[in-house]
Amino acid sequence: MLLDWITEPLEYGFMVKALWVSAFVGIVCAVLSCYITLKGWSLMGDAVAHAVVPGVVVAYALGIPFAVGAFLFGFGATVAIGYVKENTRLKEDAVIGVVFTGFFAFGLMLSTKIPSNIDLFHILFGNVLGISQEDIIQTLIAGFITLLVILLRRKDLLLFCFDPNHAKAIGLNTTFMYYTLLLVLALTIVTALQTAGIILVVAMLVTPGATAYLLSDRFDRMLAIAVGTSLLSSILGVYLSYHLDAPTGACIVVLLTLLFVAAMIFAPKYGLLRRSCSKIESDGGYQ
Amino acid sequence: MTQTLGITVDNISVTYTNSRLALYDASCYVKPGNITALVGPNGGGKSTLFKSIMGFLEPNQGKVNISGLPIHQAQKKQLVAYVPQADEVDWNFPVSVWDVVMMGRYGYMNLFRIPSAKDRRLVKESLTRVGMMDFKDRQIGELSGGQKKRAFLARALAQEAKIMLLDEPFTGVDVKTEKAIIDLLLQLRDSGHTILISTHDLASISTFCNRVILLNQTILASGKTEAVFTEENLAMTFGGLPIRSKKAEKINTIGFD
Ligand SMILES: Nc1ncnc2c1ncn2[C@@H]1O[C@H](COP(=O)(O)OP(=O)(O)O)[C@@H](O)[C@H]1O
Ligand SMILES: [Mg+2]
Repeated sequence: MLLDWITEPLEYGFMVKALWVSAFVGIVCAVLSCYITLKGWSLMGDAVAHAVVPGVVVAYALGIPFAVGAFLFGFGATVAIGYVKENTRLKEDAVIGVVFTGFFAFGLMLSTKIPSNIDLFHILFGNVLGISQEDIIQTLIAGFITLLVILLRRKDLLLFCFDPNHAKAIGLNTTFMYYTLLLVLALTIVTALQTAGIILVVAMLVTPGATAYLLSDRFDRMLAIAVGTSLLSSILGVYLSYHLDAPTGACIVVLLTLLFVAAMIFAPKYGLLRRSCSKIESDGGYQ
Repeated sequence: MTQTLGITVDNISVTYTNSRLALYDASCYVKPGNITALVGPNGGGKSTLFKSIMGFLEPNQGKVNISGLPIHQAQKKQLVAYVPQADEVDWNFPVSVWDVVMMGRYGYMNLFRIPSAKDRRLVKESLTRVGMMDFKDRQIGELSGGQKKRAFLARALAQEAKIMLLDEPFTGVDVKTEKAIIDLLLQLRDSGHTILISTHDLASISTFCNRVILLNQTILASGKTEAVFTEENLAMTFGGLPIRSKKAEKINTIGFD
């Protein structure tokens, strides 16, 4: 029965496609999530996700690839956020709140006014089961660029997250790093759009890193754990989605969240159990 | 080659958004080959001056020259190292002591930051010099206050910069470690380094700093310790607070473990 549970969906081409696309998206998101959680940019991720809506609508209207429109608006929103923050006395969270809801609302409005055959529901909640060949290609391109950039610049990006002042002190260009990270953030969201949808993409972008952070003190291990949990959630999520007839993105995110809760409770060093134990033993030491 | 490793601060003013002036019309010269103490009350603008010198923040007016160069150029040549105040570091970040010290070498590495044998050797030497080799695999949050300071000091050493800025290196540090850091700074000075150090531990200053800059929102005095570090000047800087400390007497000659 378990075997049937696993093999039955594989008889459908769309399921096989959904499985490997989701797995790929899971890996890309997990890698970036480590940087995003450490940098404290979760809210920024959510903002970029919402800000892509007008881009998607415009792209469909103009007949250009959705990924291009989404990327331009997503990245544009981050630049707008930076600009508003520099030139007003507002705190960053307020600026982000204002800018991304503005983009999002504009997108919703456009989607009803510009004649196109896009399904708003699919943009909002993803539709990996019905993903077209064309969209797969765009997803793959955005994802591979993200992975390549991170692979080549991973040390600098990590330094930038940890200690941007030191990066400056040794003569590195932190403005460039800032935009590099925003760029891969926007690209990752484009990658995950078809799988998780705008509303849930932030979960794929934050939760794996958050879970891994609770489980490890070393970045390399954190990265491995994030990729592992994300991959597991993506694959199982697609299966769940098939068997329960539930939205794929939602299934993936529910699994990611369950793994997070498990880590929160059982993590060997930072878990709730361990913490309450060490409180009782009142040993403040390490290991 | 006219390489004077000094720092020129020319008429700097800094206002943070939402707050009053942190620093105004501050001008001073940090003389090469000396240990200069930057002394002033909490909130007096010491960290702000450091950040202006390092280009971490953009002053409203004024400019800074390091060794005759604009800040960014000096930094690209690895002329300046900066040891941050403890509260500026995310101690929960998943990096080890070794990783942090290696970051001091990034400026010398290729684009992909792959450490060479020399990089590894210098990291090891720096860690050994501050007595932190035994802790190299610890996550940085798993250290005592003094060990944290030494880890970041090692990063500055690994950077091989001739100018070093240390913001409050003695806060949260025991007397023994303070003494060891002072010894290290003296060694560095004797090998030609220029050191600027902010502190409010007044007692130890005259034991190792040959120059002093007094700061409270602006530079009040600067020069040789004997000339500047007087009761009268301090009273002016600290607004008449009593300055008494017995800590200096407790400092003995002990090295790092
Ligand atoms: N990031 C900041 N935003 C707003 N005000 C700040 C900031 N950092 C420092 N200040 C203010 O600037 C003044 C100088 O601070 P600082 O340079 O940290 O002094 P010190 O290092 O001598 O204690 C203080 O009044 C402080 O409250
Ligand atoms: Mg300070």
